[in-house]
This record gives sequence, C-alpha cells and structure tokens, in this order.
Amino acid sequence: MKMLPKTLLLGGSFALMLTALCVIFLYVPTEEVMGVGQRILYIHVPVCWLAFFAFFITFLGSAVYLWRRANSWDTIAYSSAEIGIVFTTLALVTGSIWARCVWGVWWTWDARLTTTVVLWFIYLAYFIVRFSVTEEWRAARFAAVVGVVGFIDVPICALAIVLWRTHHPGPVIFEGGLTATMLMTLLLSLAAFTALYILLLWMRASLKDDEDEVKRLREVG
Amino acid sequence: MQNLGYFLAAFIVVWALVFGYVLWLFVRQKRLRQEIESLRERSRK
Repeated sequence: MKMLPKTLLLGGSFALMLTALCVIFLYVPTEEVMGVGQRILYIHVPVCWLAFFAFFITFLGSAVYLWRRANSWDTIAYSSAEIGIVFTTLALVTGSIWARCVWGVWWTWDARLTTTVVLWFIYLAYFIVRFSVTEEWRAARFAAVVGVVGFIDVPICALAIVLWRTHHPGPVIFEGGLTATMLMTLLLSLAAFTALYILLLWMRASLKDDEDEVKRLREVG
Repeated sequence: MQNLGYFLAAFIVVWALVFGYVLWLFVRQKRLRQEIESLRERSRK
C-alpha cells in the first residue's frame, strides 16, 4: 500500500475511534433501567458486526480463491479469518459481561449465544485445517472450502434472534429501541470499528505476504 | 453509577485484546523483515 492511503487510513480510523470513545464515555445519555452497563452495547454490537463481516470477507476471499486460484484472495481470506476469530472471541466475552450485568448470569445456552460459539469453532476449524496440511496449496484449498461452507452459520447466527425465542435483545437498530442520540452513537461506533477492521486486514495481509516471502527464500536457499 | 464495573470490564477486555493483537502483528512483522533481509543477504553471497 502506498504511503498516503496508509497514513489516511491510520489517521482516519484513529480519529473515528477517538470520537466514538468520547461520545460513548461523555456524551450519550445513561439508560434509566440498566444504568451505565447499557453502554456495553456500543462496543458489543460493533464487535459482533465485525465477527460476521470478517467471516463474510473470508467467505468471499475463499470462494474467489477456489475459482481463480489467485494467492492474493487466499491472503485476504486467511487474514480476515484471523481477525474474525479475535472479534468472535470479543463478541463472546463482551456478550457474557452484558449477560451478567442484565440477566444476572454469565452464560445461557440461548440460540444466539450457541450459534456464536459454533461460529468460533468454525474459525478454529479453518486454522486447524490450514496448519494440519503440510503442502501450502492443499492447505489453502481445504481451508477455503471450510471458509465457504462455514459461512452458513453467519446468517443463522444473525437471524437467531428472529427465528427462535431467545433472551437476547432484538435487532435494536431496525426496531427503533434506541433514542436518536443512542442510535447515532452506535452508528459512529460501528463506523469506527469497521475502519479498525480495514486497518487490521491491511496489516495482517502485509504480514502474510512477508511470511510467504520468508518461505520462498528458505526454499531457494 | 449502576453497573460501572461491567462497563469498564468490557472496554478493558476489548482494548487489551485489540492492542495485544496489533502488538503481535508489529513484533512478528519486524522479525520477519529482519529474516527476509538476512536470507536475501545470504543468497547474494
């Protein structure tokens, strides 16, 4: 990536995140029933969105890699899967803290929570497949199949709150459960985390290129 | 400040993991760049 877009991406995502944090901590009003704990929403929802979005990019990268066999698509899929496992872990942890705060329990086998755990294991399977096959091209191909097939869980997970009766709150953005200020804060936080994802994806893809270069040089040497 | 502890815990966990991940990316990239340099140096000789 050239210097200017790189600086713009870094500066832009930093400024967005700083603004979002200031709004979450200082500006948005405190919810009457749940108190300050309700503000977990402004970080939990973006983290969940990134978990889903990262797996969508993995799905897209894997599908195009299987079709075109171009390594750059495998790099995108692999990098996004790694970021996805980080954010799925965070979605589970922040969700658990939210559950303890609002429901009084750390965990319950609710449809949304269970399908998110399944999503975490699918990401894990992606890496197990990747590291258990020694030939690079074969590992990439097998992992790409997991990346495509595993995506089935994302819409199930996203729609779990509509398809089944769950403890989990409904789709707050679309059902109007938030005031205008709260909604604006949530959208700002979503934008900030999406910018962070783009930055992380670029960093991880660049690292993967270096890893491949080391392998190539070792083989030559 | 009702449930302040849970709110702070969620924020700390998120930022600790994100910073940890970014740090790991930086450290690993630095090591790999050094290795690339030394491997290229070796292949030139």
